[in-house]
Amino acid sequence: MGKNVKIKRGMDIALEGRPDNTVHNVSAPATYAIKPGDFKGLIPKLSVKQGDKVKAGDCLFVDKGNSAIFFTSPVSGEVAEIVRGDRRAILEVKVKADADVSYKSFDTSGYAGKSRDEVKALMLEAGLWPFIVQRPFGVIADTDVSPKAIHVSGFDSAPLAADLNITLKGEEENLKIGFDILKMLTDGAVHLNVHANKSSDVYAKVTGVQTTEFSGPHPSGLVGVQINNIDPINKGDVVWTIKPQHVAFIGKFFATGIANLEQVVALAGSEVSKPAYYRTRLGASVNTLLVDNLKQDNVRVISGNVLTGSHISEEGYLGFGDNQISVIPEGDQYEMLGWLFPSYPRPTLSSSLPFSKFFKKTFKANTNPHGEERAYVVTGEYEKVLPMDIMPQQLVKAVMAKDLELMENLGIYEVIEEDMALCEFVCTSKIAVQRVLSEGLQLMADES
Amino acid sequence: MKFLRDKVDLLKPHFSEGGKLSFLHSTFDAIETFLFVPNHTTKGGAHIKDGIDLKRTMFFVVIALIPALLFGMWNLGYQFHRATGAEATLLENFWHGLLQTLPLIIVSYGVGLAIEMAFAQFKGHPVNEGFLVSGLLIPMVMPVDVPLWMVGVATAFAVVIGKEVFGGTGMNLLNPALTARMFLYIGYTPEMSGEKCWVPLGDQAAVEGYSGATTLGNIASASADGSGWSDSLFSWGTGAMDSIYGTIPGSVAETSVIAILIGAVFLIATGIGSWRIMLSTILGGLAMGAILNLVGGNAWYDMPAWYHLIIGGFMFGAVFMATDPVSAAQTTRGKWIYGFFIGVITVLIRVYNPGYPEGIMMAILLMNVFAPLIDYYVVQSNIKMRLKRVKA
Repeated sequence: MGKNVKIKRGMDIALEGRPDNTVHNVSAPATYAIKPGDFKGLIPKLSVKQGDKVKAGDCLFVDKGNSAIFFTSPVSGEVAEIVRGDRRAILEVKVKADADVSYKSFDTSGYAGKSRDEVKALMLEAGLWPFIVQRPFGVIADTDVSPKAIHVSGFDSAPLAADLNITLKGEEENLKIGFDILKMLTDGAVHLNVHANKSSDVYAKVTGVQTTEFSGPHPSGLVGVQINNIDPINKGDVVWTIKPQHVAFIGKFFATGIANLEQVVALAGSEVSKPAYYRTRLGASVNTLLVDNLKQDNVRVISGNVLTGSHISEEGYLGFGDNQISVIPEGDQYEMLGWLFPSYPRPTLSSSLPFSKFFKKTFKANTNPHGEERAYVVTGEYEKVLPMDIMPQQLVKAVMAKDLELMENLGIYEVIEEDMALCEFVCTSKIAVQRVLSEGLQLMADES
Repeated sequence: MKFLRDKVDLLKPHFSEGGKLSFLHSTFDAIETFLFVPNHTTKGGAHIKDGIDLKRTMFFVVIALIPALLFGMWNLGYQFHRATGAEATLLENFWHGLLQTLPLIIVSYGVGLAIEMAFAQFKGHPVNEGFLVSGLLIPMVMPVDVPLWMVGVATAFAVVIGKEVFGGTGMNLLNPALTARMFLYIGYTPEMSGEKCWVPLGDQAAVEGYSGATTLGNIASASADGSGWSDSLFSWGTGAMDSIYGTIPGSVAETSVIAILIGAVFLIATGIGSWRIMLSTILGGLAMGAILNLVGGNAWYDMPAWYHLIIGGFMFGAVFMATDPVSAAQTTRGKWIYGFFIGVITVLIRVYNPGYPEGIMMAILLMNVFAPLIDYYVVQSNIKMRLKRVKA
């Protein structure tokens, strides 16, 4: 057994609408979509046009910067629509699904004996490569490097997060194979970071990885926090991360020779009538999950969690890397003197809201920011929720000042947006920390 | 609520762009957002946000100031009646102080908010809440007899030169309220110090033996003429307890250690004020005081170190002034260093500067100037740690 790391700084945000521990099947949605916007800095180059027939595993578009990186269709069917936004940027490539999914098959037999390049080539062609995220910057992994290490966070500590023991149940063998493949991709270590007190039975078959136990409040489950506590990223280092559900995809692919992207997702939040786990597929329209399953209309549907997820419509699509859909009420109501006399409890780190902080267990949080953006006044807040040896407020200010050298010195290579999402949540001045950091990462990426 | 909201919605178009009163847009916006938290929703980034905001933060500081302010008002009446030998009830004392203090508060808020709103309108940004606190602190640290026009000028100086030229709330280097006090102290020293300004007697005659001198003033003269420390040097000559209760002459709200500590407990319990800065300032004052005790020599040296905490404006400065998050050090370690030196320098100024008996104002302003430097070195240590990791 490896090390044990106790995360002390951070906060758990307990929201209403935790999913039941049951997995339901729903009728398959009619359409699926892959969204280039789910990947930072990706400029897609289409490989299909509207009306083309595709199989599950056929390429829909490639990365213009590296045309070896394929983005494939999760289902078989017909390319229904290419949705474009401002300046004709591609927002969604929609596929109308066949009744029965037929898969493109790949020759993955004898994968254990294959070379690193052969494994890479198979993953690239099957559209599994984009699951690997590279730090610094949180971009799709560079196909030409061997990372210093690959880190996998074995649990999710975000608000209303899916319990991976439920979503990955039955994937034990796939996880084992997936981790074996990861080991082939690096000369360094593959880290599996698990929760110290929660079951990690689904990883029981995984071997040959470095295991570290983590405990403590969110963001203990964020891989960036874990890396900082195990083996921090220094200037010049390249580290890859991947989520366990995606490791299972890779394992399943090499075991079966088809890219079967079926997964269990959590549907949670106070506005969901039956919060539970549902079996669906990557890129699925969330409509079939939400129909007759919402308590009211004025809601925000989020693919991912409430801190980092993306806002989608009720007819929107599950984001590429997400295994969670959160539905919370919109907060577009005026609140008379709400800053002084809050009319309902709201999650908070501040003891100045004693009722919410000390007496309320779970919250029906809405999207009202509870105040307007202001200049920085309060100090010492971000430090309470960022368990990394990074000075968060100074880093954010360095980004605002566009001081590249200072950003580098203060450790911008070690963080991506999600790591500082809690800082944004607790900010008294309501600074858009994730957006600012994103600009900083972009600046640094452009420079390097 | 619905009624009021409808009224606001009815007025809103006049103040919006193109409306007849659009030059008051920022002012209207400030009042509207005071009455109603806007119906905005989060866009991008975190979808939910903490219930705390700057309005609440600033207002809680104002609440923390109230015990000291109310006590100060009562004490002004109490000092007046005690000096003139008249009997007075609690209410009479309070009323006397209220009438003297209220004009100061009105002038300070009036001048400061007008300038803030004008700047906000001119620069096209919302009115920041910072002045809610500064506007109350300014009259609280003044001698009550200071002419109103001076308060107005000092407030204008503090807001314009102390804050807006740096870029407004959040960007200022110096504590605005102390900037105002410093401005008057340098420019109008006779009105800001001595024995007469703390308890204006008007045309009333004082009782025999009354001086109006503060404890600090007494000790300074005792040190100058070489007489040693004794408890009779406390204002009124009644010993340390009166300094703790605050029934002594002084600036409007600085005298009562108990009232200030109530505010401190409130600030720490709500997490609004930095306990690190408060504690380290006290530790700094005690440490320097203790060292001087060892040296010994005159009244200042020999006074028990902890008396430094209860005389003059030490506590008020440590709890309400040094903790201003904008002008204080911003890093955790920096806060300890910053506070500690405020305590040290306060005592040093008191003991070594014959011209001016109190030191907390100068000490805080001085450390305000040094705070960015302290932070710089704390940040450098984080950077060095990171660079060292690369080499290892």
